[in-house]
Amino acid sequence: MSQPKLLINTLKLNLIIKRFALQLIEMHGDFSQTAIIGLQPRGISLAKKLCDYINELQPENALKYGELDHTFFRDDIGRGEIFMPKKSNINFSTENLNIILVDDVLYTGRSVRASIDALMSFGRPKQVELMVLVDRRFQRELPISPNYVGVVVDSRSTGEHVKVEWTEDQQQVWLLSKKE
Amino acid sequence: MTANAPIKHLLGIKGLSESHIQTIFETADNFKSLLNSPVKKTPALRDVTIANLFFENSTRTRVSFELAEKRLGADIINFSSSSSSVKKGETLIDTVNNILSMKVDMVVMRHPAPGACVFLSKHIDAQIVNAGDGTHEHPTQALLDAYSIREQYGDVAGKKVVIVGDILHSRVALSNIYCLQLLGAEVMVCGPATLIPKHIAALGVKVSHNLEEALNWCDVANMLRIQLERQDQRYFPSLKEYSRLYGLTMEKLQRLQKEICIMHPGPINRGVEISSDVADSDQSIILQQVENGVAVRMAVLFLLGQQRL
Repeated sequence: MSQPKLLINTLKLNLIIKRFALQLIEMHGDFSQTAIIGLQPRGISLAKKLCDYINELQPENALKYGELDHTFFRDDIGRGEIFMPKKSNINFSTENLNIILVDDVLYTGRSVRASIDALMSFGRPKQVELMVLVDRRFQRELPISPNYVGVVVDSRSTGEHVKVEWTEDQQQVWLLSKKE
Repeated sequence: MTANAPIKHLLGIKGLSESHIQTIFETADNFKSLLNSPVKKTPALRDVTIANLFFENSTRTRVSFELAEKRLGADIINFSSSSSSVKKGETLIDTVNNILSMKVDMVVMRHPAPGACVFLSKHIDAQIVNAGDGTHEHPTQALLDAYSIREQYGDVAGKKVVIVGDILHSRVALSNIYCLQLLGAEVMVCGPATLIPKHIAALGVKVSHNLEEALNWCDVANMLRIQLERQDQRYFPSLKEYSRLYGLTMEKLQRLQKEICIMHPGPINRGVEISSDVADSDQSIILQQVENGVAVRMAVLFLLGQQRL
């Protein structure tokens, strides 16, 4: 693939996030037993925007929000690439809560595996769900499956990657060949 | 230690840059929050084996390193010279190479000879962390001291730190001077003239022989222990006299017009360099230093452990 393909533009992203917000309200009610946790680094912007929409649609809710870094739980530490940890910020007990992990792209599933382990160090949640903007479903290396998906990319090529550009006014998601 | 300037060993603060230290601090912040969460462990170094080689007595540093290694999921072996073949005349390189042949990846070493870690790093094929080499350096202590000051004041830059006591025999003092200066703090050393190295001002530190003057100047006072085990001659007439002139008491603290922060690298000789009421006061952050020690050492081991390949 040589031409970059625009998977999601700002308008579509807003629609996806509204859909996510409605799905979560349908599934989790007033969020008294639910927390949304953005995965560092790139799940944070999506998770924050999602919380904003939920608060707009349902001003009286008990939604809890946290941020989670999985660096210390990765399975490739000491194997070449150097990872710098970001902040985890969960200032509530996750014990017996329904947790929704939010990330931008689900690819091999390895960082989600690490994130679940990282989450468990804060306590034992009742249930963990996964929400992703892009699911590259044929690239999985672990048996991990999302509960909420923005768009699905069916490409089997490992020579491609998904790039998320996220600024204040514009959000775009591109499918690019690895050289670009 | 970062991707830009990888460092294989931590031999001393000399050799680190400010950005290395900031990277260690930021990583330690993450470990500190992990240590305060219900499950205090990560498997980050699960495939790493670390040997703790202590050729000199230690309680705090050894326990702190051991705990840091266990919290990171590493396999560890402990070695102390008193119960080993060192007593039978084995050389340092032979001892360490024998241990390394059992597939050890990292060595944390304390040794009475200054420069022992640098020497070892040139002859063996493992990562080395200096846990104190004679009167030379004790980098992780300096890092945790600076980290504790940062935690207390938000930043180390611009702070005035006085190191009081046996500067001549102290590896903590030298590492602290390097570390604090790299981070932009002003440093003063204070003690009897016999316990302050002759040309220490060349390192850019102020020198004082008057404790009250030093306390009036500083924001932080780091009180050092008199290292009688390293002293081969008498450097002052009596411990009682030393304590009267350089011991930090509540009375001296109360005479100050401000609150300062009191630190001590341990072990404390209560009633000599610091009185019990000062050591246990609200101004003392001695136990926070010990707590931060584990997080800082986890950060050092984690950052070094990423560069094994």
